[in-house]
Amino acid sequence: MGNPPLVPDNKRILVMTGHYGSGKTEVAVSLALRLAAEEHRPYKRLALVDLDIINPYFRSREKRALLEDAGIPVYGSVYDTEITAELPALSATVRAPLEDKDCRVIIDAGGNDSGARVLNQFKQYLVAKDIAVLAVVNFNRYETRTTPQARAHLEAIEAETGLVIEGVINNTHLLRETAVEDICRGYALAQKLCHEMGKRLFFTTYPAPVFSPHELHISGNLLPLGLHMRASWLDR
Amino acid sequence: MTREKVLMKGNEAFAEAAIRGGAQFYFGYPITPQNEIPEYMSRELPRRGGAFLQAESELAAINMAYGAAAAGGSVFISSSSPGIALMQEGLSFLCSAELPVVLLNVSRGGPGIGGIQPGQADYFQATRGGGNGDYRIIVFAPASIQEAVGLIYEAIPLADTWQNPVAIFADGILGQMMEPVVLPEPRPFTPYDEIAERKPWALTGYGKDPARRRFIKSLRLQPEELEAHVEKLFEKYARAEKELCRYETADLEDAEIVFVAFGTVSRLTREAMEILEGRGIKAGLIRPISLWPFPYKAFDEIGKRAKVVISAELSMGQMIDDVRIGVGRRLPIRLIHRTGGMVPSSLEIADRAEAILRGL
Repeated sequence: MGNPPLVPDNKRILVMTGHYGSGKTEVAVSLALRLAAEEHRPYKRLALVDLDIINPYFRSREKRALLEDAGIPVYGSVYDTEITAELPALSATVRAPLEDKDCRVIIDAGGNDSGARVLNQFKQYLVAKDIAVLAVVNFNRYETRTTPQARAHLEAIEAETGLVIEGVINNTHLLRETAVEDICRGYALAQKLCHEMGKRLFFTTYPAPVFSPHELHISGNLLPLGLHMRASWLDR
Repeated sequence: MTREKVLMKGNEAFAEAAIRGGAQFYFGYPITPQNEIPEYMSRELPRRGGAFLQAESELAAINMAYGAAAAGGSVFISSSSPGIALMQEGLSFLCSAELPVVLLNVSRGGPGIGGIQPGQADYFQATRGGGNGDYRIIVFAPASIQEAVGLIYEAIPLADTWQNPVAIFADGILGQMMEPVVLPEPRPFTPYDEIAERKPWALTGYGKDPARRRFIKSLRLQPEELEAHVEKLFEKYARAEKELCRYETADLEDAEIVFVAFGTVSRLTREAMEILEGRGIKAGLIRPISLWPFPYKAFDEIGKRAKVVISAELSMGQMIDDVRIGVGRRLPIRLIHRTGGMVPSSLEIADRAEAILRGL
């Protein structure tokens, strides 16, 4: 296809930010599983750091077993097994993969500017040349239906964290009701957003249980989502 | 606003539905798993001509609601289980004073402070009440975000019509999950100068005309007067029992197993029914939407092949008391439950239901 890799090799730390409910966790889990399965692996190890301390349900550490089976350790809360504990306490071990130059790290930050605030304590590791801050955008979310709304969210996250968002991930969907038009409309809006803000569109996601990739006539990179965070009975 | 489908988190959609339904006032105190609601209201209500006030406790919030409702305001409040527990006294007062308030419980596990994962163990609290005296609260239990949006939107004028609190009982999963929804058209807030006309009982000031003075009270020291007041309330509740029962059924005609489940559990149960069908076992479902008044008449639709009625609940078995009233001695009644914030899988429900059927 000639498309560049989903994420550039020289960016060791990938920080996933976005409006809450934009799908950061689903994208982070799917991206981790995809990178773990690729033959070309620029780093010896791969880890997921879950910094989502504002969401009480549906957090990436709930998918720990799935990720660890794929060789991806998950770092996050102090309360390793107590995934439902509502304590905004992070384990000191979170720093291990961040300090390990041979480990690629995907950071799942909390939603909105308030959720991304937690990144500030890890500033020493978030050096521009090593990191790519990505914003996950779903143009079907009620509060980010237009590019000005999405832009306001991205700017709020940048202001709160002092980090520059390098790229956008088009994650426009309606769960199992997603139509091709949703993804394509999101793709066009994401391109517009990137153009207006001087960002790069990294890739577009699609729900793999709903579509095959050639149904989408999109020229850029695609990432299939497994809908790992979605229990089947939620769509009854 | 257009009728497009948007993806919303339950709590966001509940808050938006309340505003669109005409709720101009929100009072609340943060508690998980419904914190997105006060967050949303604090941002949205002031910019849309309403008022948000963070109370110092749930006790304060319900009494602020009492005051605003007495003055004719349209009020929506929300909390989660332990917070709703703190509001029980206020609900008794609101019922006695016949004031409209819409109250949402995004419920979690208990008792006590419990945990933050979903639960339905507030069924007794919702339908029997924790306040004192003879009173009833109208309670609806949605099973999807779209249904919750519709019920909340409808509850705002419904509370006015019945001059009584209307409760929406959603569990934490409904608050935290995401679903595509279509939002209803916004109703304008009632203009201040129209309140006296639309709500003639409201305390809107009497100026210099003492004949226009009105009283809202729950204290009645003369027992004859109090008895007459309670009898009058119960004439209203009797009408509500006739008019407000709501339920949905599925596959009852030839069902051997009849599940009764509300809210999130009804969705798990539907998946369990498919699993059972694959094993050659026919199962049906009664899904109460109104928990009070409880749809006892739904049980008349149970077919002749039924062997057992199973109440499936996220509690130690609370709705099962109403199921017993609905079924009587016609059929054996069993319980499938998880509690404390645990949610069964559909497979677990199917396995336990099959074991119950085999063990009869």
